[in-house]
Amino acid sequence: MLRHPVLILVAQRIALGILLLLAVSALIFAGTQLLPGDVAQAILGQSATPTALANLRAQLGLDDPAYIRYFNWLWGILHGDLGTALTNGQDIATSLGKRFGNTIFLAFWAAIIAVPTAIILGLVAARYAGRWPDKLISGITLATISLPEFVVGYIAMYFLAVKWRLFPSVSMVFDGMSVGERLHAIALPILVLVLVVLAHMMRMTRAAILNVMQSAYIETAELKGLRPANIIVRHAFPNAIAPVVNVVMLNLAYLVVGVVVVEVVFVYPGMGQYLVDHVAKRDVPVVQACGLIFAAVYIGLNILADVISILANPRLRHPK
Amino acid sequence: MAETVLEIRGLKIEATTYPPGEPPVDIVIVEDISLSLEKGKVMGLIGESGAGKSTIGLSAMAYGRGGVRITGGEVLLNGRDILKSGARGLRGLRGREVTYVAQSAAAAFNPAKKLMEQVIEATLKHGLCSRSEAEARAVALFGKLGLPDPERIGNRYPHQVSGGQLQRVMTAMALCPEPSLVIFDEPTTALDVTTQIDVLAAIKDAIHATGVAALYITHDLAVVAQVSDEIRVLRGGQTVEHGTTREIIEAPRQDYTRALVSVRSIEHQPKPPADPVLAADGISARYRGTRFDVLSEVSVDIAAGHTLAIVGESGSGKSTLARVITGLLPPHSGEIRFNGRALRPSLPERSKTDLRELQMIYQMADVAMNPRQTVGTIIGRPLEFYFGLKGEARRKRVQDLLDQIEMGKGYIDRYPAELSGGQKQRVCIARALAADPSVIICDEVTSALDPLVADGILKLLLDLQAQQGVSYLFITHDLATVKAIADSIAVMYRGRVVRYGTKDQVLAPPFDDYTDLLLSSVPEMKLGWLENVIANRKMESAGN
Amino acid sequence: MTRIPFSALLGIAATALFFLSAIFADLIAPYGMAEIVGGVWEPMSAKHWLGTDAIGRDLLSRIIFGGRTTIYVATMATILSFTLGSVLGFTAATIGGWVDQLLSRGVDLLMAIPSLILALVVLSVMPVTLTMLILVMGILDSTRVFRLSRAVAVDIAVMDFVEAARLRGEGTRWIIFREILPNALSPLVAELGLRFIFAVLFISTLSFLGLGVQPPLADWGGIVKENKEGLVYGVAAALVPAITIAVLAISVNLVADWVLNRTTSLKGGRGG
Repeated sequence: MLRHPVLILVAQRIALGILLLLAVSALIFAGTQLLPGDVAQAILGQSATPTALANLRAQLGLDDPAYIRYFNWLWGILHGDLGTALTNGQDIATSLGKRFGNTIFLAFWAAIIAVPTAIILGLVAARYAGRWPDKLISGITLATISLPEFVVGYIAMYFLAVKWRLFPSVSMVFDGMSVGERLHAIALPILVLVLVVLAHMMRMTRAAILNVMQSAYIETAELKGLRPANIIVRHAFPNAIAPVVNVVMLNLAYLVVGVVVVEVVFVYPGMGQYLVDHVAKRDVPVVQACGLIFAAVYIGLNILADVISILANPRLRHPK
Repeated sequence: MAETVLEIRGLKIEATTYPPGEPPVDIVIVEDISLSLEKGKVMGLIGESGAGKSTIGLSAMAYGRGGVRITGGEVLLNGRDILKSGARGLRGLRGREVTYVAQSAAAAFNPAKKLMEQVIEATLKHGLCSRSEAEARAVALFGKLGLPDPERIGNRYPHQVSGGQLQRVMTAMALCPEPSLVIFDEPTTALDVTTQIDVLAAIKDAIHATGVAALYITHDLAVVAQVSDEIRVLRGGQTVEHGTTREIIEAPRQDYTRALVSVRSIEHQPKPPADPVLAADGISARYRGTRFDVLSEVSVDIAAGHTLAIVGESGSGKSTLARVITGLLPPHSGEIRFNGRALRPSLPERSKTDLRELQMIYQMADVAMNPRQTVGTIIGRPLEFYFGLKGEARRKRVQDLLDQIEMGKGYIDRYPAELSGGQKQRVCIARALAADPSVIICDEVTSALDPLVADGILKLLLDLQAQQGVSYLFITHDLATVKAIADSIAVMYRGRVVRYGTKDQVLAPPFDDYTDLLLSSVPEMKLGWLENVIANRKMESAGN
Repeated sequence: MTRIPFSALLGIAATALFFLSAIFADLIAPYGMAEIVGGVWEPMSAKHWLGTDAIGRDLLSRIIFGGRTTIYVATMATILSFTLGSVLGFTAATIGGWVDQLLSRGVDLLMAIPSLILALVVLSVMPVTLTMLILVMGILDSTRVFRLSRAVAVDIAVMDFVEAARLRGEGTRWIIFREILPNALSPLVAELGLRFIFAVLFISTLSFLGLGVQPPLADWGGIVKENKEGLVYGVAAALVPAITIAVLAISVNLVADWVLNRTTSLKGGRGG
């Protein structure tokens, strides 16, 4: 069975993903190291003395050729060593650990709520395509697509936290909080993330379902006298899995970006907040590490989407 | 008095169209259609695209595609008006009393489910019999329809069987619930001609064996003449003529029907021999990155002022030969000679004169013209490019060419979207003529056109040849066209020329097996032709 | 002439208004951009229609000047991304071969990283100036334009009328500019609006994170950031620029939707 074409395709896709991740790591490294700006100068500012610059360059290993620095960096990452932060000298992996957990916690709950809601609303919109539920959903979608995450964030904060005092405006979490307390603390960021990805996910689910419903085999099923529910469950659903899963994965990848902004809005101690702080401080090793992790999650989700569509394709599962 | 299965009275069907940027418009697509069909009889519905034949067929299931509505009349199935059945009542009828066979079985089967599941689905859902009985019925039908390995073919997925087989499985699916009426909507149109005949014979046998009534929809009168008892000719949503198959074929009363029956009755006189103007010599070619020859050792030549027809089914390599001759696909061995000297193999290396001498006309005139250019620009560009004609001189020459293709004043500033299918193809011919070529390659130029329009195009091509002495390399799968216009014929099969000579030589026996299969597969406007052919065949078609 | 739907008219009018107020900011704004004219977070009044901001500047003036910056940066980035993306996309589609492979794989790589993350990485070492922001946003966004224009051009390049032009012996210039481009224009124009919206949201987000337009220069994302503390005390000053961003984005979206619906791809003749 190992020679089954599907397994080969999946293996190829994963291998390609790993290759892509390597290329991305090189790009991120190049982005921070090879650009015309001098990192040491950028960190210390225009008034830095030549001695200070030279010291910093030595400390950063800037005197080595770029490719050696890249491989050293990559080698470290493969061994779980993300380097040390320039600003406070702390081990990045240690500082990141808890923040990464916090970010995943936030993204996880946002996804748990957004995915089923989006699929159900997408189905509703597809079922009533062109009628008022569809139009209402499209209108709301247009509005939310036009809003940046932080705008949604502040509107929610203004009304739900400040005016009506339902939730805290700042999402503080600390050790020893129960899951319930944590969820209450991050209710607003979850809400905002859900709103931000919901529109896209819903719109794309609707399109995917409508696409399947327009297939000739759906007409065949109708002409067999099957009930609409039966047609959807037996004929539309098996063919809609792949496109819908793809939609979900793409939007989860999008969530990764939304997290960065939402964390800043609600001062949530996650990876996004950490990344933004250190970009402002020009702490290159931290930026590289965070950038790579975000990119890896993003690429991982995209690979997962591709693998699921390969597995769901009957032409590939049952070759001639 | 036989039992009437289907009776349609005063049917009117409308549809809503949505022109971009304008308010929706309702148009009538079928008006005042009445027909009745008895048990065990087959009625052919024939007409060009847009004649409303599929729409009428689907109305027998009270079904309208995308915005199509039945707005008047009655449809009685086994005596009940199904238009008044309501959604639940219709579900009880569809797939039980009336079933449907679509043109493209490949699209009509759910790709995610096994064939057997889909074939017996309607039978089971309507509770007609148990699963094992339904499966037994399906297997029996598979056998009756001549499918290989009837016991196991049901375990396959749709993409695992060929197009011809899928069409038979779809027929089995339609017959499985033992309905009283089956609607066949162009069931063989998408198939190759040699496959079509087997599927046609299988469908005909199955209809007769089960005694079901059928509506058989097609644009090909010769096909429908083989399977139906009576024929109804449709045009623009209305009946032109109806009668028994014999009446329609042998004594058509209306001009339109007469034209359909005698279509491609163009005659042309044999020409005296002439020197070859273009020759392909031992051409072998393959597509980049493949190791399979799509053309091997192809040698043909075209005499000046003559027409060479290249005949073959899809995949025979006939269009690839055109690509090699035009230089789009340089061959890996052999050469193309033009007026006795070798042409450079690839397009960029050829001189402007060589390019000018060799013009091409395409199958789909729609996409062969830039939709953003006017007719004047489309025809004028070669005049400017090759002869440096500009301004008024160019415009005058364009008008001359338009006159030549029998399109008068007023077309020069139109866009392709404002022309009919036949006019588009004429403009493409004018564009080729503008270059004053010695050879024009015609790639299936009439196969996208309705028969009457195609006839006009063929006549025009012959007239132009008589006036200007241009040679044609005519690529087609349609033997009727070949018989009408070719001086010599090359039959291609799997990348090789299997038969080559003058028209009389090629079309006279003794035949090789493939040419026999191909020639015998073209439906003829004769009753009983199908049975005759099936009885006398030497070779199985590739599509099986 | 076909009738323009109401929603599109509304979009066109609002978009025009935004651009006009950006161009004539000096004439319209009641106060200077960085001029301190009142107390902290004064409420709306006849003197200050939208109140004052966190350090007592007139909010309306700030937003008008901020609009100028936001729209300027977004417009320039869109022009850059379009020029770069469409030229490379058409070239890749027409030439094909290794040029296409190289460009396409490069774009795949850039698109494998979320734009915001990549922008943050680059901005962590580069000086944050308006030019740099336009460059970074324009280059990152050109990947999407590249994909679209390449796809559109590839679809058109395989059509018979392009082959007919090749067989006639036409050069690459004629094929790109006379055969392909006129047919690719409609989808690209519709995309122009979407890319502009994206650029507005992107620059606003960067400024909000403090990594975009630097004070004292105003831009909408930056004004939100300056006034966000006020929200906790119930001062809505931060919401005003936030809503302006949304209104601009929705207006342009309405126009883009209309253009997209009008696009009849290859079927159109005169109208299209």
